[in-house]
Parts: sequence; C-alpha cells; structure tokens
Amino acid sequence: MATTILKKPGTFYEVFTRKPDADKINTHYCPGCGHGKLHKLIAEAIEDFGIQDRVIIINPVGCSVFLYYYFDTGHIQVAHGRAPAVATGIKRVHPHSIVISYQGDGDLAAIGGNEILHAANRGEHITVFFVNNAIYGMTGGQMAPTTLPGMKTTTTPRGRDIRNEGYPLKMAELIATLDAPVYVERVALTDAKNMARARKAVRKAIQIQMENKGFAFVEALSACPTGWGMNPPDAEKWINEVMTKYFPLGVFKDISDKVEPVKFEKKVLSPEEIKKAIGVDGETLTMKKYQRNIVAEKYKNPKIKVAGFGGQGILLLGLVLAQAGMLEEYNVSWLPSYGPEMRGGTANCHVNISEFEIASPLVSIPTALIVMNRPSLEKFEPTVKSGGLIIYDNSLIDIEPSRKDVEVIPVPATKIADDIGSTKVANMVMLGAYIGYTGILTKESVFDALDIVVKRKELNELNRRAIEAGIEYVM
Amino acid sequence: MAKQLMKGNEAVVRGAILAGCRAFFGYPITPASEIAEAASLLMPEVGGVFIQAESEVAAINMLFGAASGGVRAMTASSSPGISLMQEGVSYAAGAELPMVIVDIMRGGPGLGNIAPEQGDYYQVVKGGGHGNYKVIVLAPNSVQEMCDLTYLAFDLAEKYRTPVYVLADGFIGQMVEPVEFPEPKFPEIDKSWCVDGTAETRHNLITSIYLAPEELEQHNLRLKEKYERIKRNEVRYEAYKTEDAEVILVGYGIVSRILKSVVDIMREDGYKVGLLRPITLFPFPEEKIRELAKTASLFFVVELSTGQMVDDVKLALNGMCEVRFYGRCGGMVPSAEEIIEQVKNVFKEVEKEIEHQK
Repeated sequence: MATTILKKPGTFYEVFTRKPDADKINTHYCPGCGHGKLHKLIAEAIEDFGIQDRVIIINPVGCSVFLYYYFDTGHIQVAHGRAPAVATGIKRVHPHSIVISYQGDGDLAAIGGNEILHAANRGEHITVFFVNNAIYGMTGGQMAPTTLPGMKTTTTPRGRDIRNEGYPLKMAELIATLDAPVYVERVALTDAKNMARARKAVRKAIQIQMENKGFAFVEALSACPTGWGMNPPDAEKWINEVMTKYFPLGVFKDISDKVEPVKFEKKVLSPEEIKKAIGVDGETLTMKKYQRNIVAEKYKNPKIKVAGFGGQGILLLGLVLAQAGMLEEYNVSWLPSYGPEMRGGTANCHVNISEFEIASPLVSIPTALIVMNRPSLEKFEPTVKSGGLIIYDNSLIDIEPSRKDVEVIPVPATKIADDIGSTKVANMVMLGAYIGYTGILTKESVFDALDIVVKRKELNELNRRAIEAGIEYVM
Repeated sequence: MAKQLMKGNEAVVRGAILAGCRAFFGYPITPASEIAEAASLLMPEVGGVFIQAESEVAAINMLFGAASGGVRAMTASSSPGISLMQEGVSYAAGAELPMVIVDIMRGGPGLGNIAPEQGDYYQVVKGGGHGNYKVIVLAPNSVQEMCDLTYLAFDLAEKYRTPVYVLADGFIGQMVEPVEFPEPKFPEIDKSWCVDGTAETRHNLITSIYLAPEELEQHNLRLKEKYERIKRNEVRYEAYKTEDAEVILVGYGIVSRILKSVVDIMREDGYKVGLLRPITLFPFPEEKIRELAKTASLFFVVELSTGQMVDDVKLALNGMCEVRFYGRCGGMVPSAEEIIEQVKNVFKEVEKEIEHQK
C-alpha cells in the first residue's frame, strides 16, 4: 500500500525513476504517514521561491532516507545522525546553495544529538526539518528518544518507563534555548488548520536561509500509523489530542526581524597573494650568502643533543642552531622530545648540522651535548660519543662529568646571564659557548637566525649580548 | 624558491593550501593539533573555511559535506580520533568522495599516550571502517614530504575519487627541517558528479546506498577495479643501496630515516644491507619486494608497532624469502645502534645457513 501525492509540485520528479521497485508513481511511505505531507510542503515552497537549482537536500537514515527518489534537487545521502555536520560542510563551501537537512527523531535526537546541537549553536545557515513521530519507523517500531512515557514500542514492550528510559526529548525547546538559532517552531502535520501553520513555518524556515539570516528549525509532529498500530485518522487524532500535550505546538524562538543578514563574499587571490598569505613567498627568507668558518674535523657534522629543564629555552637554543646551519647551507634537522618528558620538567632536542644528507634526525649518540641541568647530564653523559664534547652549565650543575674520553667544557651560563641582566638568556650564553668553542657556525649567521626564529624581536638585543658573552668566555 | 625551516605539521597545511584546499574541519588532539592551529590561522587568509568541530565524528562528516561540493577539503587527527572517523571514511569510500585525511599517529590502544607510534597501519591501510574498500595511503618521512605528499594527496584523491591518507608518526609531525614549497594550484570543480547548488549539478546524487544486492555487488566490483588501477599506477617507494644487498631493511616514516643511518653505518663495515621504504602503503610495493627477493636472502622489517606492515611484506613474498621483524612501541624508538645489533645477528645466521648448505 502506498499513498499518492496529488498535484505534484514541480520540485518533485514526474516519475520516480530512482525508486527501484516497479511503482514509479507513488512514494514508498505507508498510508497516513506524515513524511509525504511534509515533502509536499517543502516541494511547494522550493517551487514558489524559484530556488530549485540551488537546493541541496541532506538525506538522513530513517524512513526519509529516500528523499532523492522524489525531489528533483541536489542530494547528499549521509550516515545516521550526521546530517547537520554534512550540511555544515556543504553550506560553508557553497554558501549560495540552499541546504535543507531533513531528519527523523532517532537520527536527530538520539544518534545525532551532538551534531544538531552544535550546528544550531554555530548558527549554521541551514534549514532543518525534524520529523517527530515518537517511534523508529524504518527499523520496525522501536523506541525513539521522543517516544511518550507509557507508549509501547518493540523495545518498550511494557511501555516507556521513565525510570528506565528517561523522558522524551523536547528538541524544539532545547534548541530554542541557544543564542544562535534564528527561528524555532513546532508544528503538527494533521488537520487543515495545523497544515496551514506547518506550511507557513516551512516557508519561513527556508526564507531565513535565502535571506542569509542563519539557522532555522522546524519540528513537525508526524503520524506513523504503521508504527503506532492505528489507522490514519486515529493517528492524526492521537497527535492532536495526546502528542501535543507533551510536545506543545508554537514558535519557541523567532529573531528573524532582528538579525542582520550575513554577506558571503568569495575571496579570490593570485598565486603571489596566496604565497604571501601563508608565509611561503620568500620574503622572510634571506638571500644572503654566508661565509662558513673553517671547522676542525672533530667538530664537523655535529649530532647535537641539547637538554635541560623546561623553561630554560632548550628547544629555542636548538632551533637557532638549526636555522643558522640552514643559512650557512648545511643540511639541518631539529627534533624535540615532546610529551610527558616536556611536562615532567625536562626538555631536550636533537639537532643535526651536516654537509651530507641527514639520514636519521634522531640523535642517540651525540657528538656534542649541551646540557643545562643535573638530571640531563646524568642521563645523557654516558651516551656521548667517545671523543665528543660536553658543554655544561656549571653554575647550575653541582657535579662534574666523569668521562675521561670526551672534552668537557664548564660554562657558568646562568651566572653570566644574570650578570648581563636576565637569567632567561642562559641558553644563549650556552649557544655562544658552543659556536665559539667549535667554530661550527658564525656569529653572523646565528644573529640572523635569531631574527628569523624569535618572534619578539625586541628580546634579541639581549640574546645577542648573551651569545657574545658565551663566545668570549670560551675564547 | 629558497627553502625555509618549518615543523612537519605546519608544512602539511601549506602543502594543502598550495594544492588548492580551501576547507579544513578538525578536532584538536595531540600530536596533530598544530595542523588544526595552522589551518585556523591560514585558511581564512586565503578565503578558505576552518571549523573546529564538536568531535571527530562531526569533523569527518563536515568533510564529507564539503567534499560532496567538489572542493578540495581535508581533516587531520591522531590515532584515537582516526578511530572515531572510520564510519565517515567508509561512507566517503562508498560515495567515492575525494578527501584528504592526515593521521599523526600516537601510542595506543585506547588512550595510550601521545608519543610517536605506527600502530595505525591496520586501521588506516586495511580500511578501518566497514565494507570492501581501500584508501590510498601516503607515508612521508621528512618535513619536505609532509608538504609534497599532502600536495600530491589532493590530486590522487580527485583522480580516483577516493579518500587519501597522509600517514605520519608523531616524530615526522613535530620535526623541523628545511622545506621548499611548490606553486599554488587552482583546481576546477568537476561538475559531472558533485553537488554545488547549481543547475548543472541538480541531478547529481552523492550516496553510498545501493539497496538491490545486484547493484551493490556491481558497485563493489567497480570499486575493486578502481583499487586495481591504483595498484597498477600509483606505487611509490624508495630503494636505497638495495642492488647488491643480502639483507633488505623495510620501514616507513621516521623508521626509514633511522634505517638509512643503519645502512650507511653498516655499509662502512662491509655489510651488504639495503633499505626499501614504501612511500605508498596502499598500494604496497609488492612487485619491488618480490624483485628484491630474487637477490636478497632476508627481509628485516622495523616498525614502531608490534608488527603490522610486516604482514604486507610477508603477503608480497608469499614464502619466497625469510622475513624477520623488530619493533618498539608505546613511544619507544629504536636507535640506529640498537637495530644494527639486531641486523648483525641476522647476518651471522645467514652466514651460518650458507655455511650449512655448503
């Protein structure tokens, strides 16, 4: 058995060719079902507004999954409950389109509860039609989040018990509490008087989107004679007499007169503008040629580990080394240790500066260890390559490295930094000591690297003084 | 263009924008959050869309919506977030939507930790959602490739109308290296299949539903044919010093970088060892592996997992050659020296075996 929609609006296909069964004229809905009624109101509105080409309907999961059989518009068929998210995606990339999200009660109020709430709260410029028939129709009459207390369904065989299943969700009321939605109304697809109100609500909800005003939501109480085990007239009567007691009809929110329409403008950029906008236009890059120092063989191609407390600027120290290395046209890499270690108080990073392609960016056996706290010295001293270098801040570390097969350079970096005027630049004193002692990088490239890496340029005056003090100390 | 120093996660967003991507939908998660942060900063600058979704489930469905509109769009997440997105990926594969998903893998299962791991191989390469589908998976091993493979991912996604993953571990995402950026692209919207609210696309339907079993079977076979085409045309790998190698190391992502060091160090000591790095994990370089099996005596697979990709190596070889596995997980990363010790033992065994056969 199927119902025929009389006097098809032009928005409906003349023949439902997408429908797989033999009957291409009637819908798949049961007699007395509210979906057909709502379809017709929407179709008429689209036709009257002359927006058919712009309409994209989001097809949900539920009895209305086959909206694309009937509406001659663009369609996206989506996963259960996700219609508002999909509608958000398509509307945002094509704001001139009219996006209609059509959902049933299981789809919208149960599995998709999160998506509808957030789409409404963001004030997405979409129109949502919410069909509430208090039951899961498509899957054979299970409880919906809107099933009335005491109502029998196949999963509430003793009637919905509010102590076990909770209360029916009043979605229109819920959404009306949010700031963003422009228009929220509940209607009933029943007698002529209610249908007239429904027709008005459908048109208004679509119009709000056409006027770029924002989010509109219409909840439609809809008969499911099959699911309810009633004949169609009794079903409509039940909506009017029972359902509306729990789900009162009316406008819950309407600020359509107050909101300013949004102007959607398309930004078109040239290739050069795009590169500039994302900072890859080369403007920040220096084309300067840097003269490299002559570096002693044992300090060439260092694998550096920098380690200390979080907050000492350990990562920055490493980053400036890598940046300066790049300016001098070495291959470089920088890798932070991140995660719990970072938060647990110690920080370290791995830096490679090499004449050759860098295979592994990880430094497990450093040739140079720059270390600014005792736990890190204790942890990493044994890993330093034989013949390597340890530079440590002996104003903070109260022990001495015990290795005899490595070079050990104590630098009172924190004390020097204090003398300059800020403990914070101790990392730069260490950096200066490292480049001064090994000659791996020039002061010039390191100073320029500072300006690229450090966002607050006013700090670099002090940073430069600290680097110089570090160089001076080891000379 | 000159190179600039950048973090992997930030290079992803630049690569995407230069490829013409103008929509990003995501949910913050360590260690992928820098991608969403960079997108939130840069997308509006180029007239693009950025939305911080309410969940990964919503993010992938927003992406589904934007992709339905024929525009280049993406999301990024990390392992637990990718698990949540799998429903949407299955729908997108079924509806044949082009989209790019970046996964910066962290430790699992469950909440695991935020340290780098490669435990998502199964859920990404083998298709973590329901149904018969595959996705193209690209595995960068440098910051340059984070940009380049993201850039490429959009082309592949469109060419085959399929979701494409960029699968990287936390290290590759957090690492800073020099990058050279490609030129911006301005892709046209293909109106033959998408819906964009115009008369031309009014009759288009984006769907993954095929009610009749005959039709759904046909749809699946069409998809299968597509995946076969991808297998024929899109295999990418790097072979390093494999020509005369007796032992072939196999690894992707950060592991491949460590393995390159292993090869270099061991070659200096005279060991004939080479590296095969799959760049595409699907399609997997099966033929190359079989070709190498003709001259090599053993494959040594290293992963930041308890062994996932190793299955594909074994499947490719189908018994042709012995396969060994070494893995660390939970955020533990093997040093080159640790792996060298393992590989040296393997060489001893291989030599013993040769001796025995004599």
